[in-house]
Amino acid sequence: MTVPAEHALVLAAILFSIGLAGVLARRNIIFMLMSIEIMLNSAGLAFIAAGYKNGQADGQVMFIFILAMAAAEVAVGLSLALRVYGSFKSLDADAASSMRG
Amino acid sequence: MILVWIVMLPIIGGLIARLSGRFGRTFPAWVCLGALAIDIALAVGLWLGAGANARGAWIVETKMPWIPQLGISVHLAMDGLSLVLVALTFFLGICAVVSSWTEVKERVGFFHLNLMLTLAGITGAFLAMDLFLFYFFWELMLIPMFLLIALWGHENRRYASIKFFIFTQAGSLLMLVAILALFFIHGRATGEYTFSYGALLGTPMGYTTELLLMLAFFAAFAVKLPAFPVHTWLPDAHTEAPTAGSVILAGLLLKTGGYGLIRFVIPLFPEASFNFAPIAFALAVVGIVYGAVLAFGQTDLKRLIAYTSVSHMGFVLLGVYAWNELALQGALVQMVCHGVSTGALFMIAGSLQERLHSRDLSGMGGFWTSAPKMGAVMLVFALASLGLPGLGNFVGEFLVLIGVFSVSPEAAVFAASGLVLSAIYSLWIVQRVFHGPQKITVADFRGHEMAAMASMIAVIVWLGLFPQPVLDLFGQTLKTLNVTTARPVETGIDKFKAGPAVYRINLSTGVQKK
Amino acid sequence: MYELLWLVPAIPFAGFLVLAVLGRGLSEKAVATIGAGSVGLSAALTIYLGSLYLSNPPADGVFTQTLWQWIYAGGLNASIALRLDALSLLMVFVITGIGFLIHLYSTAYMSGDESFSRFFAYMNLFTGSMLVLVLSDNLLFLYLGWEGVGLCSYLLIGFWYKEPYNGYAARKAFIVTRIGDTLFAIGLLVLFTGLGTIEIQELMIRASSEWAGSSLPVLAAALLLGGALGKSAQLPLQTWLPDAMAGPTPVSALIHAATMVTAGVYLIARTHALFELAPAVMVLVAAIGAATLLLGSLSALVQKDIKRVLAYSTISQIGYMFLALGVGAWHAAMFHFMTHAFFKALLFLGAGAVILAMHHEQDMFKMGGLRKEMPFVFWTFLAGAASLSALPFVTAGYYSKDLVLSLVWPSPFGGGVLWACGLAGAFLTALYTFRMVFLTFFGESQRGIGPKPGIAITLPLLVLAILSIAGGFVETPGFLGGVDLFASFLSSVFAREVFQLETSGVIFAGVAAPLAGIAAAWLLYSRREALRGFVQKPLAAAVSSLWFSGWGFDRVYDFLIVRPFLALTAVLKGEPIDSPVNWLAKASEGLNLLLVKTQTGKVRLYAAGITIGAVLALSAAVLL
Repeated sequence: MTVPAEHALVLAAILFSIGLAGVLARRNIIFMLMSIEIMLNSAGLAFIAAGYKNGQADGQVMFIFILAMAAAEVAVGLSLALRVYGSFKSLDADAASSMRG
Repeated sequence: MILVWIVMLPIIGGLIARLSGRFGRTFPAWVCLGALAIDIALAVGLWLGAGANARGAWIVETKMPWIPQLGISVHLAMDGLSLVLVALTFFLGICAVVSSWTEVKERVGFFHLNLMLTLAGITGAFLAMDLFLFYFFWELMLIPMFLLIALWGHENRRYASIKFFIFTQAGSLLMLVAILALFFIHGRATGEYTFSYGALLGTPMGYTTELLLMLAFFAAFAVKLPAFPVHTWLPDAHTEAPTAGSVILAGLLLKTGGYGLIRFVIPLFPEASFNFAPIAFALAVVGIVYGAVLAFGQTDLKRLIAYTSVSHMGFVLLGVYAWNELALQGALVQMVCHGVSTGALFMIAGSLQERLHSRDLSGMGGFWTSAPKMGAVMLVFALASLGLPGLGNFVGEFLVLIGVFSVSPEAAVFAASGLVLSAIYSLWIVQRVFHGPQKITVADFRGHEMAAMASMIAVIVWLGLFPQPVLDLFGQTLKTLNVTTARPVETGIDKFKAGPAVYRINLSTGVQKK
Repeated sequence: MYELLWLVPAIPFAGFLVLAVLGRGLSEKAVATIGAGSVGLSAALTIYLGSLYLSNPPADGVFTQTLWQWIYAGGLNASIALRLDALSLLMVFVITGIGFLIHLYSTAYMSGDESFSRFFAYMNLFTGSMLVLVLSDNLLFLYLGWEGVGLCSYLLIGFWYKEPYNGYAARKAFIVTRIGDTLFAIGLLVLFTGLGTIEIQELMIRASSEWAGSSLPVLAAALLLGGALGKSAQLPLQTWLPDAMAGPTPVSALIHAATMVTAGVYLIARTHALFELAPAVMVLVAAIGAATLLLGSLSALVQKDIKRVLAYSTISQIGYMFLALGVGAWHAAMFHFMTHAFFKALLFLGAGAVILAMHHEQDMFKMGGLRKEMPFVFWTFLAGAASLSALPFVTAGYYSKDLVLSLVWPSPFGGGVLWACGLAGAFLTALYTFRMVFLTFFGESQRGIGPKPGIAITLPLLVLAILSIAGGFVETPGFLGGVDLFASFLSSVFAREVFQLETSGVIFAGVAAPLAGIAAAWLLYSRREALRGFVQKPLAAAVSSLWFSGWGFDRVYDFLIVRPFLALTAVLKGEPIDSPVNWLAKASEGLNLLLVKTQTGKVRLYAAGITIGAVLALSAAVLL
């Protein structure tokens, strides 16, 4: 029995919401990065599902792009987190708020 | 090409002055004086040759394409009106440079650059015949003046400079919208997309459009003039500006407003202006009285003189909207004479501030004993301010009153009350500052100050007793305007003999003439 | 050589320029020579022109000289032009003649003052302006002279500027006369706009032909009258003249007695053709003249300061001139102007000599017995006082006042009531004048006096005394010889009146009133104790203080005009129009403070913002 594409999209949506909630709700930068990862993967799942539905390989190709991009983003994000920790002595995202009005 | 040189010389002079600032404190001033001297020589040369060189409407004209795809050209033209105003610009520019000789101590080069850029903007505004170019120069005079007030001004300079900038800019932006609208309307109607003044005259448009565009233009010039409710930037700006800034503000910037009304508002939108005239009269008369009443109550000398400017420029507004030969001649003469007399008053106030480090009237008194030359000069210009015959301001005010009387006797009678009110504040200034028991001594005018003052006295007496050459030059301009406006320029007597005209504006049914 | 006419005003102006620019460096003698000499030259030139005029008059009795084109625009053609006819010649004679005598007097009076050159500069400027006023051919140039004399009046009243009161008096004079000047200016506007010209003679001709039967002459004449009232200190604009006595005494003599205050009289006489077209205004002129002469006399009766007596007296006497103008007795008004210039200048100069001798004491009640200590001044002062009181038959004042009174009753604009006012005024004039004489020169001397006056002071007094006595013989009534040199001299300007009354009753009244006044003054004031008791009574004290304050006009004006103006100024001082503008600035500042709260610097908030925005945008795109 094949899995309908819609189910994958719904799963992608749920995963995206979970990730978004995580970004907005968590204060620790590492956890925010992890939530972003979840969002990225959900976007990738959505692409896979679309590619499966249309019978084209483009979805898989996009997922490989996303994978590469996610890796790069994690590298940059973790190094930023290191710098934030170095400057503010804390991994709390709210601590880095000196650019306020 | 001479017109291009006349406009470019202050800019070049200003840049050289900026660069020469590092060589010494007085170098920039000398450079500016040199540039302005050449410029005023050019203007005087044009004046003397005006009769011989006049071809058609313009004394001199220059036209070069700039952005042909948008119909923008560098079109400069000089007729009698612009000639006199340009000469006034350079004369007051020289006076301004002289008066700030010892007053400005920091960033002298930059100060003079701003001064010259402002003068260049004013000159260009007087000469531009292309609306885009006009707006370019109009904006050019704004920022350097803002910087002059903001950087070298007095205690409240921040408030005053920002207020000045926002007021003027708001009006100018409305004008910009109107210029663009005019551009498009003209283009759609005739197929020719151009910003040229001559081509845009007589653009066919609906009445409501004309009214709105006229109001937008009027807004810009009314703020500059300044007309009554939008005058409030003026006292603050004049008070907080350095002496040279005050002289240029009062002597020249205000005149660009009057010039704009005469050159642009009424010729471009004759029907709407005609119907707007009663409102303009009302604003003018209120301005005359209001400015005079408020002047009397001030305790800050420069603020007092600033309010007298509001009152005097009310006469200009009155004369312009009467739009007959006598009233217009009066308005133009009043512009020139007010520039000289108020400029002189500000220079005296600046000298006093330099000596006393205060503008407060309550600390002044009895200065005639120690500074009789200053007292005599201030007396002369206070008398000019109150319109004493024999000095130029009387010629201007009286011609305005005669011209307006045949159009609207009530406006003329109320404006005449300004004669009494101006006596009240002018004599009050002299009394408060120079008469009475001596409180402290004040150094009298030095040589270069006295020379500048003497030249200004000479100009104002010359305009008071021999105004005919200037009137002839203006007469040539009035003929130009007659040719290009839809309504003829009428003389006073014919209008009065038909009975005094009373206009009522009813927005739903239009204009009714009673 | 009528072409020399322009020199008559030009020489004093030149004197002004020289003294104004170089005066500080010159010696007192040089300043006096230039200052008095310039007016003296003008006077000599006037005598020359006058003799030329009498022996070889120009065509129609008029000579005009245009100097240059002043303003030519849009139908207005005003030139700097002079006009010499009988009327202006008379005025010029008085101005330069009496002016020279007063300048001469001032060289001694103002000697030692630290601003000696400034004084003479201003006096020369005044003389030049006054000459411009009377010689001018058009109303605009006349207005220049008009304002010029007002300016000099201001400068000279406030001459001793260190004293704030002098500055106040000077400003009061200028502003009150400015109100009149503004009315004059509006009248000028009406005349030009209605008739199309500004030349005086042309205006009169056009008015007579175009405006006959319309109401415009009433408007124009009333406005010109307004101007005249201000300059001539008549009701209701008379309040400035008593305070103007703050200036030096020669100033009071020249400006506020003989010349500037008569400018209004000159104006009405010059434009009499216009006034004749407006009977309502003529009646008004006569009524104002009559009222002023009575009010002025009553106020003069209770003054303590000798100069203030003379000031109110001037107001009153000019009332006589206005009365004469109002009833159409033009040459009678000018005759009284001439004699008044003689004796009033004399009285002021004499008062000045007294004040100098009394070490600048001006209160008459502190004077006394001066007739023994200053006999020359006493006799000349007596001559002037007799002329002012119109002592019958032997003084010029009698002939001029008698002429005025004899023409008031029969005139179509006059009548018995106005004549009675004039007669009562004659009685009062004699009363207060001789009160002044008795208080100052009779009785016990109270203080020692200073040095005796020199030739510069005594010569003008002598000349003016002779003129005050003999100057009237040019025009005598019928029962005394019927000499009418004066009227025939002015006949080229004014047509002769057709009415004249010379019944014996009128003549008797005209003789009796001054004599009665002198007698009453002798009774009341030569022995002061009797009067002192009378004045203590409450009613008398109240009336006396009302008269003393000039009938309370100052207080009324202060209440009605000055206070509201000051209140208005105080209310508007903070620029209420600025409130919306500043409110706008505050509102944008407040909006800024509100919006700035969204800039927290917290990344999560920004992310939330992006999310909400994206959701809204997508749902809008999908749903709409």
